[in-house]
Amino acid sequence: MADRPLQITAGLLALLIATLVLGTALALASQSGGASLHPADWSAIRFTILQALLSTAFSCALAIPTARALMRRRFPGRQALILLMGAPFLLPVIVAVLGLLTIYGRSGLLNAALQAVGIAPISIYGLWGVVLAHVFFNLPLATRILLNGWHAIPAERFRLAETLNLPSLFRHIELPMLRATLPGAALSIFLVCLTSFVVALTLGGGPKATTLELAIYQALRFDFDPGKAALLAAIQFAICTAAVTLSARFTLPSALGAGLDRSLVLRAPKGRKAQDAIVITAGALFLLLPLFAVLIEGLPALPFLPIEVWQAATRSIWMALASAALSTTAALTLAQATARKGSRLLELSAMLPLSASGLVLGTGLFLMVRPYIRPEDVALPVTILVNALMSLPFLYRLLFPEAQALHAAYDRLAQAMALTGWPRLRYLTLPRLARPLGLGTGLAAALSMGDLGVIALFAGQGQATLPLVVQRLSGAYRMDEAAAAALLLVALSFTLFALCDLGGRRAAP
Amino acid sequence: MKPIHLALAFLSLGHMAMADAPVLNVLTYDSFAAEWGPGPAIAKGFEATCACKINYITAGDGAAVLSRLKMEGATSEADVVVGLDTTLTESARATGLFAPLAATAPNDLPVPYTDANFEPFDWGWFAFVYDNTKLTNPPKSFKELAASNLKIVIEDPRSSTPGLGLVMWVKDAYGTDSANIWKDLADNIVTVTPSWDEAYGLFLKGEADMVLSYTTSPAYHLIAEKDATKSAAPFAEGHYMQVEVAGKLASSKQQPLADQFLAYLASDAAQATIPTTNWMYPAKTPAEGLPKGYETLIKPLKSLLFSPTEAEGQRQAAVEEWQTALSK
Repeated sequence: MADRPLQITAGLLALLIATLVLGTALALASQSGGASLHPADWSAIRFTILQALLSTAFSCALAIPTARALMRRRFPGRQALILLMGAPFLLPVIVAVLGLLTIYGRSGLLNAALQAVGIAPISIYGLWGVVLAHVFFNLPLATRILLNGWHAIPAERFRLAETLNLPSLFRHIELPMLRATLPGAALSIFLVCLTSFVVALTLGGGPKATTLELAIYQALRFDFDPGKAALLAAIQFAICTAAVTLSARFTLPSALGAGLDRSLVLRAPKGRKAQDAIVITAGALFLLLPLFAVLIEGLPALPFLPIEVWQAATRSIWMALASAALSTTAALTLAQATARKGSRLLELSAMLPLSASGLVLGTGLFLMVRPYIRPEDVALPVTILVNALMSLPFLYRLLFPEAQALHAAYDRLAQAMALTGWPRLRYLTLPRLARPLGLGTGLAAALSMGDLGVIALFAGQGQATLPLVVQRLSGAYRMDEAAAAALLLVALSFTLFALCDLGGRRAAP
Repeated sequence: MKPIHLALAFLSLGHMAMADAPVLNVLTYDSFAAEWGPGPAIAKGFEATCACKINYITAGDGAAVLSRLKMEGATSEADVVVGLDTTLTESARATGLFAPLAATAPNDLPVPYTDANFEPFDWGWFAFVYDNTKLTNPPKSFKELAASNLKIVIEDPRSSTPGLGLVMWVKDAYGTDSANIWKDLADNIVTVTPSWDEAYGLFLKGEADMVLSYTTSPAYHLIAEKDATKSAAPFAEGHYMQVEVAGKLASSKQQPLADQFLAYLASDAAQATIPTTNWMYPAKTPAEGLPKGYETLIKPLKSLLFSPTEAEGQRQAAVEEWQTALSK
């Protein structure tokens, strides 16, 4: 059977991920004795879960109408809009926060507008500001996951529904698709928000908005209590495991089956045109205005960037490509293995990196590597590996529902035709998964490009990546240059993302 | 190039340098070693005198430098550590990793400062910085600030050294009354950021009227950007200081070279680079004086600074007090 090598490879991958994620926390725990939680830590845990739940709920609730409207309308610039709407997810956190503040801040556009019409200004700082920023980041991800889901519904099902004059398209066709894709999307978003640090603190307005990640930061930086950091990391893993289990409960595999790949022009219900137009315009404004602010603020200093920035940019590009290749291969292997043999453990290992604290991962790796090799000698490979690890869950989430549908629809046919191994991958899997693969690889490349990862802990002289240079510039009063370097970072990430995404959509049947 | 090739290339580069001349490893924070920081000029100046090579090993900030050192312990490859501040020195001393200084260079700090293990290389006064075109009548004390409607953005003392400096400032100025000051300040605080750069970025964006930074911050805008719109507000309580120090590790196999570097760091040549790269006061004013523009800065009449042992003793309780007062 061709199944066995796949299952073994997937098992080994899962083991490697678990070693990296859990092993690093263990490496920290081994540094010190027992640790205990303070009342402040409990309130950090409560706030962390609360903001993550709210952010997830709003992101998903808004993604459904947005994806649906985009699915059933065709208008000029639709493809470009879908592509651009993916961009917020790729923004480095602090860049996105500053972009959001241009619109919603104390002296932002919204308050200027409110003031002009005599309405009292609103404050973005607090729980709702945190949720707003998280929705800004994650709505695009959820929308794209759902759009992929809609695309995967065979056109024949919609036709059949029309022929049979089914009373509710939503209930019979769209709801099953949502049951297959939405819990996974929600899970990813929940886990992203779980480890939020800069957003939660900067927009949270004060220590009330303390997250677990800040508590970890404090434990490692000022208190140097690695045992405490490991304990807090263990709590993050526990929440992650609970979330994965819960989401699996709600997931129903899609039973819509295969179709003939006819391109689908969904006939939109009459009279809802205005409603869809409003949804699309609101979504586009919400996601694109802050991006536009990032563009405007970065442009002036762009021609004057020091050479170091361009060197870092080149370094970051090839690191992002290497990391995306790693991540895509791993995610495809895990998604295929889980699709064939639904293993909860494999799925958990694929989602586990999302719950890992960047600082714990970096510090743990540092401790593990250092006895044998100088950290700066492995700075770049380690960063590539960690960035691949961090983007794996998103890729997996995109691939899994479709790998599952593919397996259900084509596995018997493939077996009957003895299509196995490389030919099966080449003629069945890759073409049929081209859309999520393209999107996922693009996402992985862009995420690794923008992620600070562990480079700050490992980098020696002349090894800085672009995100690290952005951070260094803004730490030295050079906010204009930092904004320009951030713009460069966003532009490069987005180009990588767009190339892969378009490539995938082009290659899809 | 494949990552492993690149890693090997770096590895061999390191070895080549080592074969030619002794390498002095200096552990410091990112912005010190950055292209625009004091690091490159100091390395160049020192290398011209020592027939050696400086290699900077970097960590995010002063606290990250110390936490890296604690992880590495006596096996650290660093010879010299540059960039701890006086809220961290006691904890650094307690590791037992630092050797006594070979010589103590004279300094011009506004308060007497000597330490057997640590040599100050620069210092600054914390202050609230504002835009003097928008705010014409800045508050003159914490109490005035708390009574005003002004909005400020500050750094979190749990993740940032300036944030911790502010907590120490209030503690030093108000002692047992500090919790009340924080309660009164709560409604002035727009938000608390994880580190200095986010706070300063928010301030420049117009999100707050004032930001916790240094009295020397306006010098950056004045000298580097020809922009005189930023000022620091003098506070009647006095201003808490941040003193940044350097020390050598007992585990270093290059003790004389490390001593030589510390002596160079205290010399005029190195000290003269500090004001326009680190934007702080040099520990010893160089013979040619401070750069033009520094004379426009405010000079607090009263300087506040806990001794390292006091700072270490106060830290945890003061941060918890801050947290409780602002969590209401």
